[in-house]
Amino acid sequence: MNERVADISKIPTGIEGFDFLASGGLPVGRTTLVSGTAGSAKTVFAVQFLAEGIRKFDQPGVFLTFEETPGDIRLNMASLGWDIAAFEKAGKWLFVDAAPQPGEESVVTGTYDLGALLARIEHAVTRISAQRVAVDSLGAIFTQFADANLVRGELFRIGSALKQMGVTAVMTAERTEEYGEISRYGVEEFVTDNVIILRNVLESQKRRRTMEILKFRGTLHHKGEYPFTVMPGEGIIAIPLAAIQLKQKSSYVRISSGTTELDRMCGGGFFRDSIILVSGATGCGKTLLTTEFIGGGATQGERCLLFAFEESRDQLFRNASGWGKDFAAMEDAGLLQVISVYPETASLEDHLISMKSAIQTFKPNRVAVDSLSALERVSTSKGFREFVIGLTSFIKHQEVGGMFTATTPGLMGGESVTEAHISTITDSIILLRYVEMFGEMRCGLTVLKMRGSMHDKEIREFTIDGHGMHIHQPFRNVTGILSGQPRHVTRDEVERMGGMFQED
Amino acid sequence: MNKFVLTLYITGQTPKSQRAVANLHRICEDDLGGQYEMRVIDVLDHPQLAEDDKIIATPTLIKELPPPLRRIIGDLSNTEKVLLGLDLQPTEGFQGIVVESKT
Repeated sequence: MNERVADISKIPTGIEGFDFLASGGLPVGRTTLVSGTAGSAKTVFAVQFLAEGIRKFDQPGVFLTFEETPGDIRLNMASLGWDIAAFEKAGKWLFVDAAPQPGEESVVTGTYDLGALLARIEHAVTRISAQRVAVDSLGAIFTQFADANLVRGELFRIGSALKQMGVTAVMTAERTEEYGEISRYGVEEFVTDNVIILRNVLESQKRRRTMEILKFRGTLHHKGEYPFTVMPGEGIIAIPLAAIQLKQKSSYVRISSGTTELDRMCGGGFFRDSIILVSGATGCGKTLLTTEFIGGGATQGERCLLFAFEESRDQLFRNASGWGKDFAAMEDAGLLQVISVYPETASLEDHLISMKSAIQTFKPNRVAVDSLSALERVSTSKGFREFVIGLTSFIKHQEVGGMFTATTPGLMGGESVTEAHISTITDSIILLRYVEMFGEMRCGLTVLKMRGSMHDKEIREFTIDGHGMHIHQPFRNVTGILSGQPRHVTRDEVERMGGMFQED
Repeated sequence: MNKFVLTLYITGQTPKSQRAVANLHRICEDDLGGQYEMRVIDVLDHPQLAEDDKIIATPTLIKELPPPLRRIIGDLSNTEKVLLGLDLQPTEGFQGIVVESKT
């Protein structure tokens, strides 16, 4: 098996994330079928395969189009950052235009073949010494010629000619359903070696793009569907979430939460590369805890990056100054960057990619996301979970500390949907809760979980003033805070309960 | 009668190609009254010409003149269809039908 795997070498496509999924790229000298429904970014894939080949590996490519005219393709792909005309001028890109000619009638009489097309492809490949060929899309040729059997036979001939020329090819084909037969007209029957499926599924009114390598004959690849997105100026970016390995390093170095008392509750602070989830109802201090976390970093000269999805920059700065933290000064010192966007402005995949690139550019020591629950609005639950896994593992690989906040739906307690999805991924969980006592709302805080460390298990009261957060004594005579039904018990009863577990 | 300018694209000297060339010669002599100019291009020798004319299938006959430009794909074995493609009436009766449908 291993020998056989080694036999088939791969050619990197240059499509970000895809080469990882494909364990290196597309099999060299073979044809890969890229199948998908309308609008599933097949043409983008085909164009990107050639464009990145030219840009990153200096491999010239031939683009055979059956559908759109070369003019349309040049125009449409310019927005994704590929200057096809410049590639053509440099002699690296050649179009073979087999798109239907508008306003031109043709009559068919007697037998024919597609020999001319094959001759043109061979001519183009030789002319620029092409190493890559893209064919877009196979279904369109079937609409130009009535005899489907003949076309199928001729495409098979073209496929084997491509193999003989030694080029690596991508052919796109249409599908009618997201989960059905591989392609229309059964074209997969003649490009059987490798099949990739692009999907654009509508799920709870949201579009979710995924790609799946269905088969790579005789070579390894990652299996299953992986989300991807199409970004302006970048093209397709695949997100190999489920393929991420749990191999990040882990550190014993503690970092300050920004509040001395909380550090003490956590046994000396958070671990440097851990992910902390702060969960609580609206208004009970999540943003405050985030601000403390950032303040704690900045006072030690650490760089902090804050992604805000609920409040604007100005609001955050005002809030922070109300708690005695000067965000503007931190920003001037180059220790803080605040990125404030509405979750609805992009899909979750796009958010993930722009967040990753922001982290890579700013190189922070601490990352805070306020709040994850806001991001959950724009995605399906599966997409959200993948987003959180992707973000967490990326942050951990950078060996930075992360703090995420999640909003619980009920005021008094219960757990949020966000929490249920991600609690196992995070290293520490801090719960913030409202506690009703004698007609007054107070705030409680507890460290629910902290991996790899002892921590305080009490529910403590905290107050907020112009200097930030202050953590006080535990609520001694209240039970049921976490379940959202606080109940007072008398001092006698507390002592009696304590006594029950004491050994004489 | 207007002069016909015709180009026939073929791929190699296959029986299909030869059949198409022979059929075209016959039609030109019989039905175009000798008023024609004809080129036969082998795409294997001149792939760039095929590229410029965007030829996909062979044999393909292109009628450049008189306008409009027309393409006829196949080995030209059906004379009536070829003449129709060249905007010529194959028979008297056929012309009658066309005239009727136009009015």
